[in-house]
Amino acid sequence: MTATVFEKSKPGRRGYRIPEADCAKGKIDLAGLRSAPPGLPEMGEQDIVRHYVELAAKNYHVDKGIYPLGSCTMKYNPLVNEEVARLEGFTGLHPAQNEADCQGALELMWRLERALAEITGMEAFTLQPAAGAHGELTGIMIARAYFLDRGEKRRIVLIPDSAHGTNPASVAICGFTPKTIQSNERGLIDPALLNREMTAETACLMLTLPNTLGLFEREIAEIVRIAHAKGALVYMDGANMNALLGIVRPGDIGIDIMHINLHKTFSTPHGGGGPGSGPVGVAKHLVDFLPVPRVTERKGAFALSTDGPKSIGRVHPYHGNFNVFVKAYAFIRSLGGPGLREVSENAILNANYLMARLKNSYDLKYPGPCMHEFVLSARNLKKYGIRATDVVKRLLDYGIHAPTVYFPLIVEEALMIEPVETESKETIDRFAEVMEKIAGEAETNPAMLHEAPVTTPVRRLDEAVAARCPDLCCPGDLE
Amino acid sequence: MSYIQNTDADRKEMRERIGISSFDEILEPIPERLRCAGALRLDEPLAEAGVAALFGELAGKNRPASRAASFLGGGIYDRHIPALVRYVTSRSEFYTSYTPYQAEVSQGTLQAIYEYQSLICRVTGMDVSNASMYDGATALAEAALMANAIAKGGKVLVPRALSPAYRAVLDCYTAARGIALEEIPYAKNGTLDLDRLSSALKEKTAAVILAQPNYFGLVEPSHELAALVHGAGSLLVACVDPVSCALLAPPGEYGADIAVGEGQSLGLPQSYGGPLLGFMAVKTEHVRRMPGRLISGTTDLDGKRGYVMTLQTREQHIRREKATSNICSNEALCALSAAVYLTALGEQGFREVAAQSYAKSHALYSMLAATKGCALPFGAGFFQEFVLQLPTDAAGFLKDAASKGVLGGIPLGAAFPELGRGALLVAVTEKRTKEEIELYRDLVAGKGAGR
Repeated sequence: MTATVFEKSKPGRRGYRIPEADCAKGKIDLAGLRSAPPGLPEMGEQDIVRHYVELAAKNYHVDKGIYPLGSCTMKYNPLVNEEVARLEGFTGLHPAQNEADCQGALELMWRLERALAEITGMEAFTLQPAAGAHGELTGIMIARAYFLDRGEKRRIVLIPDSAHGTNPASVAICGFTPKTIQSNERGLIDPALLNREMTAETACLMLTLPNTLGLFEREIAEIVRIAHAKGALVYMDGANMNALLGIVRPGDIGIDIMHINLHKTFSTPHGGGGPGSGPVGVAKHLVDFLPVPRVTERKGAFALSTDGPKSIGRVHPYHGNFNVFVKAYAFIRSLGGPGLREVSENAILNANYLMARLKNSYDLKYPGPCMHEFVLSARNLKKYGIRATDVVKRLLDYGIHAPTVYFPLIVEEALMIEPVETESKETIDRFAEVMEKIAGEAETNPAMLHEAPVTTPVRRLDEAVAARCPDLCCPGDLE
Repeated sequence: MSYIQNTDADRKEMRERIGISSFDEILEPIPERLRCAGALRLDEPLAEAGVAALFGELAGKNRPASRAASFLGGGIYDRHIPALVRYVTSRSEFYTSYTPYQAEVSQGTLQAIYEYQSLICRVTGMDVSNASMYDGATALAEAALMANAIAKGGKVLVPRALSPAYRAVLDCYTAARGIALEEIPYAKNGTLDLDRLSSALKEKTAAVILAQPNYFGLVEPSHELAALVHGAGSLLVACVDPVSCALLAPPGEYGADIAVGEGQSLGLPQSYGGPLLGFMAVKTEHVRRMPGRLISGTTDLDGKRGYVMTLQTREQHIRREKATSNICSNEALCALSAAVYLTALGEQGFREVAAQSYAKSHALYSMLAATKGCALPFGAGFFQEFVLQLPTDAAGFLKDAASKGVLGGIPLGAAFPELGRGALLVAVTEKRTKEEIELYRDLVAGKGAGR
């Protein structure tokens, strides 16, 4: 156990000093001053370094090993991207600086937008959304503005039952009613069912492609046709875009709105849960509704245009997570067009190879080729009293991070596995061997799985107590 | 430069194991006619050296505020950042990890965020902080949505003296949700017009937003305002500059229900305005209505202390359309920066940053008060930035100042035409030197040209 910074605090210690003031410091002549100091910890620099080094050692991370979290695309984060993103020419810009001072930044944003448009086939992008869910919200706001502009009152958004929870949550914020459509026995949208559900009240069909089972919607052309025939828009959650680079361009198949996760497909690090970036791309008929300001180019000079009478406005106070753009654009420039196609081909090959290796040890509900990820079920181990969570906790003992568990909701005891393109065959083989071994242990030594993990910094934690009596803030009387 | 490690031989073995002879067989579910006809038309790939050169060139086309004498503020500030912050956030154990879903192997991130929550609670004086929001503006918008949900409807009152960027985001979110906003003007002295607020509170009001300090840098009478708002049965949402909380009564002291703000000042570079750090802290009674992740202390099977994500039934992956928000990825690494920053500065250092910003901004204010040809419309009741009125269009002044390496402030004329075309918002942080402050004074006095 690592004591908190509050427990380590000792009055009088300093971890950092700003330069001495070179002007007189008078009394603070303001009404409503703070009555008692906040009680911040006091530590020296060395002990702060040690504190965080000790904490760092308790984290699993991509630089340590495979991170097969389905739907999260935990690929390698190239070092050169981190290096260029630290250049002061990028990190030192204030968002209120005039355009002339920010030409390099504006050019980078403009080029990134154009590259994303080429990769996806969408007409134009906004880079403002700070995360994938923020992109969804922005996309749905655009759909709302579009129908308002047309004077149409549509309130339903259809969402497959395999969707991420962010989809219905984003829809609800915009005042739409999400309606679930059931996947068929192949894990796909049934066009006939969709046709029945799709009415003049439907604003949008919100789908993930490939879907969260890692399956490509074979009938996507028909699905899009059905939606458009009823005047609805098709929103594509691009969380799984790592499967489609250079293979399918959503814009080409009739997608109206989509978001991309730069922190998934375009290699920017996840940072323990952000910052991400969720640019939104739209088809031609929706460009006017994009957030402002937008970057414009004229004869090599870049500017910000706030002109957009139909625009939804702003979803970010400035331009979005700019520093993330730098890293994503570095990735795109490193790989180029053919290189991006190789990303998806290798992601798909790795996933199919791993699926082929594991399908005899675990249940595979939806057979057939997968795209960049696949979903297994641990229900075949239930007879030994073993659940998906036991399997993945045991994985931690082998020094390997768990796949996503219990999602998508339509698969019992789900293990959602995404090996990504950057992992080598040897690493995938090792992961497969351990997974096979655990399936064996489930039969021979289920108690060991129930006990797992035992080699990690802590063992299974009591989540029930945390939910019943949450301890969310270190008490103030520790020092 | 590709980061793929598999060789042709690896791929051949893998295809054999799958039972296919060519990769295209796996693409069978994708109808041929939907597939890309040719390669993506992007620039040629670059080796590492080429990437470094290209981005060096792009960065070189910018003139960053961090290298100038920057008097720009308005929510993003040029401050000293300890090397410690960069050191910790550059460790790949933190930046290459995912959301801490597997708590047993994420204790580093979880404890750091728990400490962040605790630090935000201490700075704001509130009971509970979440693990972060995207930025101050979206945190404020989410607070408005949250307050409206708690109050079961009702308008939200918003001060005119609020950052126009924040107002735009607030407009966007509340319009989508169908929440009415009503603007409360500022009085002659630049702070919220309390009479207008009182009359607006006569109709059902879910919440009142307080910007502390307000966009003009002025300190609002927080206690008086809180009494007025609570007296009317409405919720108080305080949007605060965290550094100001070192000196001013924090939201917890005057009973704010929700406190939000921008944490960029806490160790984050300006980065052209992103990534940022939205923080949100609430009274205990509102915790189950709060958006975002929460980290709780608990114990493991052996009784050892550890940390987990908790109260997840508020969140989208469990509650779906009934969730308190759609937020998933937030700004965890930025929250880590803030935790390291506040720990490094500590009790004394944090106060010193605020006190120096106060002293230096007031030093410039006093110099300008004694300078002919400019006006200071709102008095000295500000924390670290103030409104300056020049007799001519601010653009000309800004251009002259820029030629001397001075970024002279944010022009206010477009968003606040009533302040005139010569109005500037001038921020002075602890980073500005005496020499830079005097240079600014000289520029305003029209004496800068000779320097």
